[in-house]
Amino acid sequence: MNTQAIRDHYDVAIVGAGPAGLAAARVCADAGLSTVVFDEQPSPGGQIYRSVTATPFKRGTILGEDYWRGAALVAAMRASGAQYVANASVWSLTRDRELGIATGGGVQLLRARRVILCTGAIERPFPIPGWTLPGVMTAGAAQILLKSSALVPQGRVVLAGCGPLLWLLAWQYLNAGRRIDALLDTTPNENRSSVLPHLAAFLFSPYFFKGLDLLRTVRSQVNVVSGVTELRATGRGKVEEVVYRCGARAEQRLQIDTLLLHQGVAPNVNLALSAGIEHRWNDAQLCFLPTLGANADTSVEGIAIAGDGAGIAGAQSAEQRGVLAGVAAARSLKSAATVTGETQARAQIARYQRGRMFLDLFYRPAKQFRIPRGDTVVCRCEEVNARQIDEIIALGCPGPNQMKAFLRCGMGPCQGRFCGLTVTEMIAEGRGLTPQQIGYYRLRPPVKPITVAEMASLPKTAADLKAVVRV
Amino acid sequence: MFQRLPDASATPVRISIEGEPFEAREGDTVAAALLAAGRDYCRTTAISGTLRAPYCMMGVCFDCLVSIDGVANRQGCLVRVREGMHVEIQRGKREVAT
Amino acid sequence: MSEERAREFDVAVIGGGLLGSAIAWGLAKVGSRVVVLDEGDVAYRASRGNFALVWVQSKGMGMAAYTRWSLRSSEAWSGFADVLKQQTGIDPCYRRPGGFHLVLGEHEWEKRKQTMTRLLGQPGAPEIDCEMLDHDQLARELPGIGVEVSGASYTQVDGHCNSLKLLRALHTGMQQLGVAYRTEHLVEHIDHVGGAFRLSTQGGELRAGKVVLTAGIDNARLGAMVGLDVPVRPQRGQLIVTERVAPFLNYPITTIRQTDEGSVMLGDSQEEAGLDPTVGSGVTAVLADRAVRMFPQLGRLNVVRTWAALRVMTQDGFPIYEQSQRCPGAFVATCHSGVTLAANHALTVAPCIAKGELPADLFQTFSARRFHVSAAA
Repeated sequence: MNTQAIRDHYDVAIVGAGPAGLAAARVCADAGLSTVVFDEQPSPGGQIYRSVTATPFKRGTILGEDYWRGAALVAAMRASGAQYVANASVWSLTRDRELGIATGGGVQLLRARRVILCTGAIERPFPIPGWTLPGVMTAGAAQILLKSSALVPQGRVVLAGCGPLLWLLAWQYLNAGRRIDALLDTTPNENRSSVLPHLAAFLFSPYFFKGLDLLRTVRSQVNVVSGVTELRATGRGKVEEVVYRCGARAEQRLQIDTLLLHQGVAPNVNLALSAGIEHRWNDAQLCFLPTLGANADTSVEGIAIAGDGAGIAGAQSAEQRGVLAGVAAARSLKSAATVTGETQARAQIARYQRGRMFLDLFYRPAKQFRIPRGDTVVCRCEEVNARQIDEIIALGCPGPNQMKAFLRCGMGPCQGRFCGLTVTEMIAEGRGLTPQQIGYYRLRPPVKPITVAEMASLPKTAADLKAVVRV
Repeated sequence: MFQRLPDASATPVRISIEGEPFEAREGDTVAAALLAAGRDYCRTTAISGTLRAPYCMMGVCFDCLVSIDGVANRQGCLVRVREGMHVEIQRGKREVAT
Repeated sequence: MSEERAREFDVAVIGGGLLGSAIAWGLAKVGSRVVVLDEGDVAYRASRGNFALVWVQSKGMGMAAYTRWSLRSSEAWSGFADVLKQQTGIDPCYRRPGGFHLVLGEHEWEKRKQTMTRLLGQPGAPEIDCEMLDHDQLARELPGIGVEVSGASYTQVDGHCNSLKLLRALHTGMQQLGVAYRTEHLVEHIDHVGGAFRLSTQGGELRAGKVVLTAGIDNARLGAMVGLDVPVRPQRGQLIVTERVAPFLNYPITTIRQTDEGSVMLGDSQEEAGLDPTVGSGVTAVLADRAVRMFPQLGRLNVVRTWAALRVMTQDGFPIYEQSQRCPGAFVATCHSGVTLAANHALTVAPCIAKGELPADLFQTFSARRFHVSAAA
């Protein structure tokens, strides 16, 4: 409940209420700093702990015991006295740490001495033919429906893709008594050799036993098809079939009602990029990651990034990185700040880092699922397909911003969240350069929509007026 | 398209979808309610009129745009259902007065 | 093609924006062998940030020749768009229903009337019918205008297009006509050697019989190398773009237009901000506020993005078209109305450059020497 008014300045402003944001807020507020958390969702927990305070589930076993960690984090944040604002989208962030917030009551600007971005990750694009059909959703979407509303798909459901989240969802569905018609595993066979150097670390990591148990359970109850190299969804008006192939074997068709796709997650970079924070391409995780210093600090002074937005490492790591970012912010503002959890956080981060490289490389999505061809939609918002992009590449287009100007890809409301990585990789491949050399869309506020009237209500100086009114 | 698990509990919330009454549950977002109501699609695109339904459920794909209480192009997955809410399919481009 | 031939051209056009591509297209149309040298993906690129008006109404206060020049382009635009569409299949979506300049309150109405009377009363000004409408008259053409709108000036010769499609059509068209397009070829140096030009670029060396500077802000640096004075400075403009809306606005307005795709663009601002192309919430707040006062219904629309771009501005705001005396064969073309003047650039400027001369009767008034005259005066 937002009963407190939002002030126009804070010591620390935190964006996002997942594990990183909750932990950072707790640390800062406990240290005596005026702390606010802005959460776009109606209740805290981010995505991984989605609806943890409001889930309709009474039984603790369907979602798994890890999920309930979120409740403890929320409780600690609340006890610390940090101000929590739900249903608040942060649509702008400047280099001077001015934030633009939109809530049901309108928009406002405020300043913070320190900003910690904990905007987490979003599903990677999964551009297969038919991925825009109704009935095709992400595995993350399915988890949200499960956690927030206890909803599971009716009829025939197929999970497809690769990555731990896909298996976790399968396991949660089985716990809930929801039969899964197939799990089409697109984990590339060639990844198996690339991960061998990291196998030992993985075996001694926290992921191993948990993961093994989960995989065993799923494999015993679900038709798991491994080595899927081609995948498409077909149907008129909604998904009716999933068609797949494993290597040279014959094409298979399954009639379905729901297709759940997942091939990993990537940082939600839009707010950070719009603030001018430097990012670099990471080839293991196949996305752009912020360049960070020792204390989660970015290339922009006073702004830090913690959690999956700093690099995909899972919920436990996000929580600990949130602690460290909180500690750093607190110390920078109050050198004698009382902080707890720092040493433990560093140890836990190291622990959860072990085995991460294995997971990154093992589940690294195959190229054909990152670089589509032909009629496959690339930009969902503007309905731009791969063929059109290839044509513009052939015209000598140097990068994604020129591409955007020519085809409008990236101009829709999602601002490239579901096409940016695809477009960058397509141009990189077409030009024989690296994604780092190609770059990414230039992003500007509002990174989430606000209305024209809301924009009009913001403060204006005499200089601003002079810049516009000319008769 | 989506069904409620039996062991979950929540207070009912009555809304209307395209003029038809539907009993959603407290905590549902509008997008979740649409899926629970068996709606195959929630919008037709502004460019080609293609049918779309929610994709990410977390506010970043913008495929769940619907009209809520007369206001067009709202992200259904970011709005919780409220008693008496009117939800309409977002058909193509919005009218400037909606 | 031999290695030699791949590096020798009749004309090197520096800059691949609206000016460069229009001129390159025009040159290729009359048979020149052209290369366009462009920067990489992230560059200042004024051409990506424009409002897409093909506008005459407000042009030329202080230089009637510029009003005439703008009108000339406006008259040629329709034919130009047709040729591009036929050639490339890309439609620049040009419409010329006439255009309005809205005013708020009585004071603005009076000021606008005076401005337009003075502008069109200048010696040498073309015959343009400019109507002043009051609120009620305007409301018949533009339903939904706000109560604060006191009226508008209107001329029939204004229109708009889709400027991104225009740029794409020009790029596609020029390459279809054989123009070589090289990106990441920032020009580091130009030497005038033996009556021709040697260009050192990031992508290697090239030779051309003529060189045309259409590099926006960089024209100043490049101009100095070939005896051309190009006093330009960046001037930031910001604009707002909304989600797509069912058609409701049938005419372009200087600061509000609905695109062929349905989105609404709100402009426009002028700031001296150096080379800083970032958006600021204060300016966009003023843009949004004026727009809502003009059309209250705009208030509920979602803003999907904002843009800032750097106009290429001269002291008086008028173009520079010039040929070098010291290095014959070097030309410069710069303006901040690359959309309106695209037809002129393709159909008039380019053929003159191909022939090797910008005739004085058309172009003398746009020479940079005018700045020295006024400075001395």
